[in-house]
Amino acid sequence: MPDAIRRSRSETAGRILIYGTLVLFAVYFLVPLFVMVITSVKNMDEIRTGTLIALPQQPTLEPWLKAWGYATIGVTNEGIRGFFWNSIRMVIPAVLFSTLIGAVNGYVLSKWRFRGSDTFFAMLLLGCFIPFQVVLLPMARTLGFLGLSESIWGLVLVHTVYGLAFTTLFFRNYYVAVPSELVNAARIDGAGFFRIFWKIMLPVSTPIFMVTIIWQTTQIWNDFLFGVCFSTGETQPVTVALNNLVNTSSSVKEYNVDMAAAIIAALPTLFVYFVAGKYFVRGLTAGAVKG
Amino acid sequence: MASLVIDNVTKAFGRVQVLKGIDIAVDAGEFLVLVGPSGCGKSTLLNLIAGLESITTGEIRMGDRVVNNIPPKDRDIAMVFQSYALYPNMNVRRNLSFGLETRKVPRAEIENRIQRVAEILQIENLLERKPSQLSGGQRQRVAMGRAIAREPLIFLFDEPLSNLDAKLRVEMRTEIKKLHQRLGTTIVYVTHDQIEAMTLADRIAIMKDGIVQQFDTPDGVYANPANLFVAGFIGSPAMNFIPVSLSRENGHLVAPLVTADGRRFTVPVPADTGALAPEREIIMGIRPENITDFQEGMQSWAHIAALECGVNVVEPTGPDTLVYTEVNQTQIVCRLCPDAAPKAGDTIRLAFDTTKPLFFEPGTGNRIEG
Amino acid sequence: MPTDARQPGLASLLEAALPKVVVAPSFAAMLVFIYGFILWTLYISMTKSTFLPTYDFVGLAQYIKLWRIERWWVACRNLLVYGGLFIFFCTVLGLMLAIFLDQKIRIEGALRTIYLYPLALSFVVTGTAWKWLLNPGLGIERLVREMGWSSFTFDWLVTSEMSIYCVVIAAVWQSTGFVMAMFLAGLRGIDDAIIKAAQVDGAGLTRIYWKIIIPSLRPVFFSAFIILTHIAIKSFDLVVVLTRGGPGYSSDLPATFMYAYAFTRGRLAMGAASAMMMFAMVMAIIVPYLYSELRRKRDA
Ligand SMILES: Nc1ncnc2c1ncn2[C@@H]1O[C@H](COP(=O)(O)OP(=O)(O)OP(=O)(O)O)[C@@H](O)[C@H]1O
Ligand SMILES: [Mg+2]
Repeated sequence: MPDAIRRSRSETAGRILIYGTLVLFAVYFLVPLFVMVITSVKNMDEIRTGTLIALPQQPTLEPWLKAWGYATIGVTNEGIRGFFWNSIRMVIPAVLFSTLIGAVNGYVLSKWRFRGSDTFFAMLLLGCFIPFQVVLLPMARTLGFLGLSESIWGLVLVHTVYGLAFTTLFFRNYYVAVPSELVNAARIDGAGFFRIFWKIMLPVSTPIFMVTIIWQTTQIWNDFLFGVCFSTGETQPVTVALNNLVNTSSSVKEYNVDMAAAIIAALPTLFVYFVAGKYFVRGLTAGAVKG
Repeated sequence: MASLVIDNVTKAFGRVQVLKGIDIAVDAGEFLVLVGPSGCGKSTLLNLIAGLESITTGEIRMGDRVVNNIPPKDRDIAMVFQSYALYPNMNVRRNLSFGLETRKVPRAEIENRIQRVAEILQIENLLERKPSQLSGGQRQRVAMGRAIAREPLIFLFDEPLSNLDAKLRVEMRTEIKKLHQRLGTTIVYVTHDQIEAMTLADRIAIMKDGIVQQFDTPDGVYANPANLFVAGFIGSPAMNFIPVSLSRENGHLVAPLVTADGRRFTVPVPADTGALAPEREIIMGIRPENITDFQEGMQSWAHIAALECGVNVVEPTGPDTLVYTEVNQTQIVCRLCPDAAPKAGDTIRLAFDTTKPLFFEPGTGNRIEG
Repeated sequence: MPTDARQPGLASLLEAALPKVVVAPSFAAMLVFIYGFILWTLYISMTKSTFLPTYDFVGLAQYIKLWRIERWWVACRNLLVYGGLFIFFCTVLGLMLAIFLDQKIRIEGALRTIYLYPLALSFVVTGTAWKWLLNPGLGIERLVREMGWSSFTFDWLVTSEMSIYCVVIAAVWQSTGFVMAMFLAGLRGIDDAIIKAAQVDGAGLTRIYWKIIIPSLRPVFFSAFIILTHIAIKSFDLVVVLTRGGPGYSSDLPATFMYAYAFTRGRLAMGAASAMMMFAMVMAIIVPYLYSELRRKRDA
């Protein structure tokens, strides 16, 4: 039956077209990472003489060691190491605080609503969307006033406060779907506010904790705006340090070191993504708004 | 065990008045059923009794305590929810013990009670399972077990059977009744199923639009409905409502009935009072079992009126056969013995039990006492 | 006499107040750190503050001045170009990839992972990578020349008229996966029965997509548009790393303009005024969106 054959032929062509396009885009998304990795293990001679995608002839870890340990960033010669630890010291408390407070807030806003709680929620929701430029100046003054500018704890405060809107939103939307009858049953069983939270809500919250922690970790680790505005010198997070490294106007540009430093700065979030991608994508759709 | 008094209670959510002055009182150990159509405020009333919502005005008393401002945990009540609300992260044993632990009941006593409740409800072999590993009927049992283990003053049930299939529902209904007879605890039970209400209750409160239409025993609401709504709500198939225009014939007050093919019959109306007088347009209510085939009626009933009419539809149900016909341009249904059942299109001679009709005001729906 | 429990006890009053007490600190923080700060910025934008805030009220003078600054106009024009292209490409490519991925592709999981990983990266990392790829001497230009096209030039990164397009390229690379994920979720949410019904009616696959599926994704288009616009207005890191707003200020965006005036040039009031302009842009998009979302939820 020629008709059927023709049809299946055009179908095959369609499948090839679809697979071709999809693979082509996969390559497009992968190429920058690939180029970063191979550039980071080339020496400068190879970089100057070869092309972007040429494989390294004499792979070397020297750029990595330099990026990590002794590249010049700002006024120090100690590589990105210290800034990397800064980021870790900033991310852990900020994520913990914003997640825990967000969980309790979400619990109240979904299960213990009171007059005005919906207004609070609406105001908070709007707070998710503000461009942070509009709070930078007063925040800088406030941190100075609190003696927290130039300190990691200042950034922890900033990230906790502006993360709250999101974490509260996440938890509230999750807890709304937990049946209120469960809370009522526990109230009748004699449990109070905190006991219900600990014994009933927390045990069913693992997924939303995963989503929120991962979301907050990526957001705070990747932040640049607050870092560049509220820290200087030794207290800067890794993203700011990376920018300083990449954008110094020193005489010799060491692209291999830049790439190694960029990969180092990206490793923690990439690790989280590949280990817990499912939760990452969920957070993305839920918190899509932040950008 | 405690008595329960609901005294002129109202509840408003914002501007929406959901309960409009509820008065109900039951003695200790009674089984009270709240029944009514969806959205009439049954759950809201139950939540007020539980203390999950606050009362707008009025008073609720349990025993001799006014409980208006007492939080749910101190009211000594236990509740079974429609969705069962079993704690998903705890196994059955922990579900049963959670409330007891919160109340600091000694460990040995807790074990004791769990054992006893598990026996009563035959859930001993389920104790270590999580709720997600139970069937619907088993969850229902566990939810009841959780309430029983608490040994409360009052049990509250919010449509506990509505998520079960029909057969299981009937079984559990009987079990709940047995349980009440065994424990003797006061129970407030919400349902929208009038059969559940009739079979379980010592007393029924029939609600509509936030108002108690009638508060009486099952027999009382069945035999003496206070208004059209109650009369139509209780009983299945529902009571027939026939619009009639009363007249006086041969010195007696009668309700004339005209069949579809124009034949005219009369049903005597017992009393001749101010409300029931000639020329009045009223609604006559008669239950399907009070109209049957003529032979049967002659044998069983003392006062009958005869009626000959065409059969529209015949519905066998097994024990009885329902026959649909038309009088005064209204479809009515009669309950016949299957042996006497006609076929659709036949003409049949029916008997009315003339001691049974009830009369209602067409506008207000209120009962007119004869 | 019934025991009188009409007066709630102290303990139960405390218990009832607990939820409010618990959210009170967050509420206070929100009032101060979000709304208070916005008002503060608004006020500063109406003063003559330079390096330090002063509180002499000058009305809208700064705004009038702002709109006379050539650099601000460039930033706004760039935002239009960048935002427009960014939204367009992300939407078209994201939709195409989602539809293709929805054709029962064997390696869907792997492909999705690849499309989405850029989202885990900081814009600073993305910027660094693309700065290298777009490097006029050693990057793509060199690659193409080595492949034999020796006259090929690709020096957008250092060309005033073209540098903003470099930002578009990098931003599209980073965000397309995200839009793809949104559309994919939308496609998976469409009832299969609709497609089957259309097939029974004899419609071809292309026609079904154009006439039924894509139109029913309208809410996703809407959300994607809002989110991408929002990302575009807030874009900052990428520009800083990739072009530092340059050459000159040719690739400035409002966010980098604001940073330059407020933090490096010591023109606080002007920085505040530009921040308020950004705020107004975002609100103009977001408020109607939130309003319609909340109303849709209430109706549902
Ligand atoms: N929290 C609330 N806010 C506003 N209105 C409410 C609230 N809870 C209930 N209502 C309204 O009160 C009315 C009664 O609700 P209720 O849940 O008591 O009905 P019900 O009789 O239990 O119905 P069902 O048989 O469907 O369970 C409904 O119209 C409902 O919309
Ligand atoms: Mg209900």
